[in-house]
Amino acid sequence: MTHWTERLSEYLDGTLGGAERLDCERHLADCAECTATLDELQRVVARARALENRPPRADLWTGIAARIGVSRPGVASLTEHRARRRIAFTLPQLMAASIALVLLSAGGAWLALAPHPHAATALPVAAGDAGAYRLAAYTKARGVQYDQQVAELQDELDANRGRLDTATVRVIEKNLGIIDAAITEARRALASDTASAYLNLHLADTMRRKLQLLRTATSLARAQS
Amino acid sequence: MMISAPGEPILRNHQAQARADADAVDAELAATGDGRAFERLYRSHAARIHSLVRRMIDADVADDVTQDIFVRAWEKLATFRGEAAFGTWLHRLAINVVLGKRQGVATERSRRDDSAGALDELPTRHVTLELGIDFEEAIERLPEGARQVFVLHDIEGYRHEEIARLLGVVPGTSKSQLHHARMALRKHLER
Repeated sequence: MTHWTERLSEYLDGTLGGAERLDCERHLADCAECTATLDELQRVVARARALENRPPRADLWTGIAARIGVSRPGVASLTEHRARRRIAFTLPQLMAASIALVLLSAGGAWLALAPHPHAATALPVAAGDAGAYRLAAYTKARGVQYDQQVAELQDELDANRGRLDTATVRVIEKNLGIIDAAITEARRALASDTASAYLNLHLADTMRRKLQLLRTATSLARAQS
Repeated sequence: MMISAPGEPILRNHQAQARADADAVDAELAATGDGRAFERLYRSHAARIHSLVRRMIDADVADDVTQDIFVRAWEKLATFRGEAAFGTWLHRLAINVVLGKRQGVATERSRRDDSAGALDELPTRHVTLELGIDFEEAIERLPEGARQVFVLHDIEGYRHEEIARLLGVVPGTSKSQLHHARMALRKHLER
């Protein structure tokens, strides 16, 4: 009799193919040794799943706080934290909030943008049939304009990054990352559906959001000088 | 067999959701430089991360590596986009840190003992008040590859395809290592 010992974990995990599973079950019906081994393996798996996580014996937070450069004032509950937030905002947090606000409102705000040093080549806005504004779709020519504007603003931001608080830089980079991911996704989708009006508008809108964020960030950096 | 009280699973789901929501808020605050929010995240997740490190690498370095993981998490908070729960994101980051460190630690372990035979030398039953320690110690004495696959699959719930990708092996190797780990651990089940 050929034992199935070496395949019992696969049987237990349900990864044996149909025919092999049936062969294994037939064998188990007649083999006390393999049945006993299977029972032990089941107990091992059950034991592993029942293991409880234990916190470290020593409090590691002090060392972590020192390494990331934050003080250790003691943990406030989230409720307490929320209650204190009205008076706890720091300048960097206010800056971060202003950027977040810009992002949230960017979908409509770009329609009313004030003249800006870079706005001469800004992505255009087209008038709709009823006089309402609508988004101008993405085109390759506008993509070139966009790349130039982004490069200029990015250079300016990089040059002045040191004037911004670390927390503000972190928020800016996080949101730029989100927008870049959205742009990449939209471009990928457009590559397989170049005629999609929705995708073209979506890409154009997302690119405007990035421009607006970069403008806000560079304005913040300039204001710190 | 454990029997749940009526409504218990729903309550657990609500608790898990509430925790995920609180984590998401704290992650957002921490990303703006709020150290207190990050400390709350640390308090919520330290046990799971420390246990993962202890099981995957070594109890002796678990404190240091856990600190490294949270420092790395702080540095990478800007990349957390809330697409998954913060705990999931942190866990994935921890796995990457652990796997990045395994080479050095494995070398150190091999200097201390011959891991291939280490598990056989472990007494099958320690006299201890905390029965779980026997099994935990047995896991820590498994050969490196078998140990990592066992922890990832049977404790952390990863699939063989994911484990293979993480460890740079083929799924068949992961299955084989898992089986060897389970067979070795049979002797260390509490009676």
